[in-house]
Amino acid sequence: MLETFLFFLFAVVAVVGALGMLIARNPVSSALWMIMTLFAIACLYITLSAEFIGVIQVLVYAGAIMVLFLFVIMLLNLESLPSLGAMDWKNVVAFALGIAVLAQILAVISLRLDVMPVAISSAEAADATSATNIGIALLTEHAFSLEIIGVLLLAATVGAVMLAKKKFV
Amino acid sequence: MHYAIRTMQLALNWYLSLSAILFVIGVLGVLVRRNAIVIFLSIELMLNAANLALVAFSQTFADVNGQVLVFFVMSVAAAEAAVGLAIIIALFRNKETVNVDEISLFRG
Repeated sequence: MLETFLFFLFAVVAVVGALGMLIARNPVSSALWMIMTLFAIACLYITLSAEFIGVIQVLVYAGAIMVLFLFVIMLLNLESLPSLGAMDWKNVVAFALGIAVLAQILAVISLRLDVMPVAISSAEAADATSATNIGIALLTEHAFSLEIIGVLLLAATVGAVMLAKKKFV
Repeated sequence: MHYAIRTMQLALNWYLSLSAILFVIGVLGVLVRRNAIVIFLSIELMLNAANLALVAFSQTFADVNGQVLVFFVMSVAAAEAAVGLAIIIALFRNKETVNVDEISLFRG
């Protein structure tokens, strides 16, 4: 019962934050709404008893990535847009497309879930996916991928510095 | 036991539906907004929606690989954000705008 309540609470917060991000006219407001969504998703991970991913979500997404976004937005000193006028036909088409995609995904979810393998009980799942087991999987089975991710992050750092240099473009 | 499995599958349904809703809001953000930074934020939202679905499946079937994949997705998202924002800074320096309709490098 409590789990259901918490799920709906954080789900509503996440969706409100996402809609705020979509509607806000000022990029700084968009980023702050997005931080709210990211925190709500971290809370949802914890209600799923995936604590490791929840903590990483707050540290990496809400901490590092969103600070980078806010830093760039404030560096560029963007003016906020005028408030929304009448809907033009492009937005109407985009909205209809979005609703169509959502209807498709929800239809697939509601129709095809009964053919999946049997679910495990929640306590067993929390034990099998504890931080210890994630660490073991990362450093044994996925050790090569972990190294590649390290190289990718290094390349991205060098690339970002090069691109942001003054006389590059 | 059978009841627990049923509630777990129901919970999986709810989490997947939330993931779908967040993903579609991200798609709408990419389609509707013209500010490059907000488009980037929408892409991050779509990545998060996919992560939510991965974690929900991972917990339902007690499979640790789903959460390892989420870890990798977050690393790639961090790299993508760093490079993408550097590109936006370089574009802003040249064009004085981040409106994607006004940035058309290949049309001169």
